[in-house]
Amino acid sequence: MNKIKKTARLIEKAMYLLFLMCGMLTILFVILITVFLVTSGIPAIQKIGLFNFLFGKTWASTAVLPSYGILPFILTSTYGTCGAILVGVPIGLLCAIFLAKMSPQGIGSIVRNVVDLLAGIPSVVYGLVGMILIVPYVREFFHLPDGANLFSAILVLTIMILPSVISVSETAIKAVPKEYEEASLALGATKTETVFKVVVPAAKSGIITAVVLGIGRAIGEAMAVMMVAGNVANMPKLFGSVRFLTTAVASEMSYSSGLQRQALFSIALVLFLFIMTINLVLNLIVKRGEHSD
Amino acid sequence: MTDTISKSRKIKGVLLNILMYLAAGFICVLLLGLIGYILYRGTPYISWELISTKPSLLKGTVGILPNILITVYIIIMTLIIVLPLGVGAAIYLNEYAKNRKLVRIIELATETLAGIPSIIYGLVGMLVFVQFFSLGTSLLAGSLTLVIMTLPTIIRTTQESLKTVPMAYREGSLGLGAGKWYMIRTVVLPCVIDGVVTGCILSIGRVVGESAALLFTAGMANEMLSVLGAVQPGNAGSSLTVALYMYAKERGQFDVAFAVAVILLALAFLINMSAKLTAKKLRRE
Repeated sequence: MNKIKKTARLIEKAMYLLFLMCGMLTILFVILITVFLVTSGIPAIQKIGLFNFLFGKTWASTAVLPSYGILPFILTSTYGTCGAILVGVPIGLLCAIFLAKMSPQGIGSIVRNVVDLLAGIPSVVYGLVGMILIVPYVREFFHLPDGANLFSAILVLTIMILPSVISVSETAIKAVPKEYEEASLALGATKTETVFKVVVPAAKSGIITAVVLGIGRAIGEAMAVMMVAGNVANMPKLFGSVRFLTTAVASEMSYSSGLQRQALFSIALVLFLFIMTINLVLNLIVKRGEHSD
Repeated sequence: MTDTISKSRKIKGVLLNILMYLAAGFICVLLLGLIGYILYRGTPYISWELISTKPSLLKGTVGILPNILITVYIIIMTLIIVLPLGVGAAIYLNEYAKNRKLVRIIELATETLAGIPSIIYGLVGMLVFVQFFSLGTSLLAGSLTLVIMTLPTIIRTTQESLKTVPMAYREGSLGLGAGKWYMIRTVVLPCVIDGVVTGCILSIGRVVGESAALLFTAGMANEMLSVLGAVQPGNAGSSLTVALYMYAKERGQFDVAFAVAVILLALAFLINMSAKLTAKKLRRE
């Protein structure tokens, strides 16, 4: 009897430790990713110099006298993300409001399925369609020598962030208490006025979360952008061929060596810092949202 | 009654309504256009030869069977590794953890992992699994990278479903003298199967759609691999998404790329439907 109890207690202890280890895994992975990125990203920055690296305007990694300035990539990623947010958020928000408050039963569920499907389409498929459909069309429409540019990339990114913007803001809008709406309606506001002036402002923190998520998605997208942005390391121009932070890493990695390879890791580190900042902002917003409830 | 509303208010209201319908309409047209165009360009090139052979330079034919198999291998390997880890982590968070601060940190780490873009996973996977653990560019390295990527999904869905298991079940079991592990194994785990299945389907969706993380970890080869070959380090292979990218960007064979896109779309549709079905089943219980 005593013996059984002892083995049982041992198993309990072992299982507890096992689960504890599983629980710690995510922390371990985050530390692992950070350590590997920092240790492989720092050497090149030391050699090139932080200022030259971040604010250098030319990237010529394979030239005889190579120069490693990533300002073009940083600015392109910033502009591209801002563009996608400026176009995508209004459309996404209107669609979310429609889904949450105004849509007739049947139509609402159809649109919701459409949004879910859009979210499930792989990014290379978006890239392919952008490459074959959007790029030639942009070239024709604006009479350009080549349609693979920042503008095309913004169009593709806009479509790619729509699903996450829509579903997160829809959830936020739906979570606004019914009383707010009833009070506004009782005061004589129309349904549309109520939704836009009472419900949407009340869902502000959730909507900001959606926007920040959209920023994160746009800044981290690599494959689709690589297929439509032209991929030349120019300073960003709306109708010029550009390279993003993500595509800078992806496009040279397969044939790089030496300092060039190290510099690519440094670009990844910069991208990682961007993403971590966005995550931090997201957490702060969510936390503040919890406090005000 | 409506006369009491001023004209400008009425116009504004109508305008906003029109804009909303336009936005919703735009999304639907977008999806229909996308699907229509891909089917139009890709379906004519889907043939039995394409999906049942490997590419041959001698005969000049293209086949994507290796890529289909590789995608399946990667899905299976990833799930086999990530499932126990993710479910275990969720169980720890929900059943064992007492320290609120630790739970908060773990959840923060999980959210952080979910927010990291796949190109960074690809790079870290290359540094850690391909070089540091010297697995070489291989399916194994690719799967391990995807394990880190899909871990947050499995943890979250399992945790959600653990929270719906009534406390009384646990108390009943413990009250009858069961140990904690016995209680979890016999009472809690059977209740969360649906949640775990949902997590699996979502993870499969992510793995099928992933390309940037696989490019530098699993490689770009188009060779046939047996089940045994798939688990050996050093055996590279491109999944369907990576194959699409290579055919479109590097080789300019757009017909093949669109044919692969049709298959990927069909898979995305299937995964979406099954996720919906399991979620519905979950809600009914």
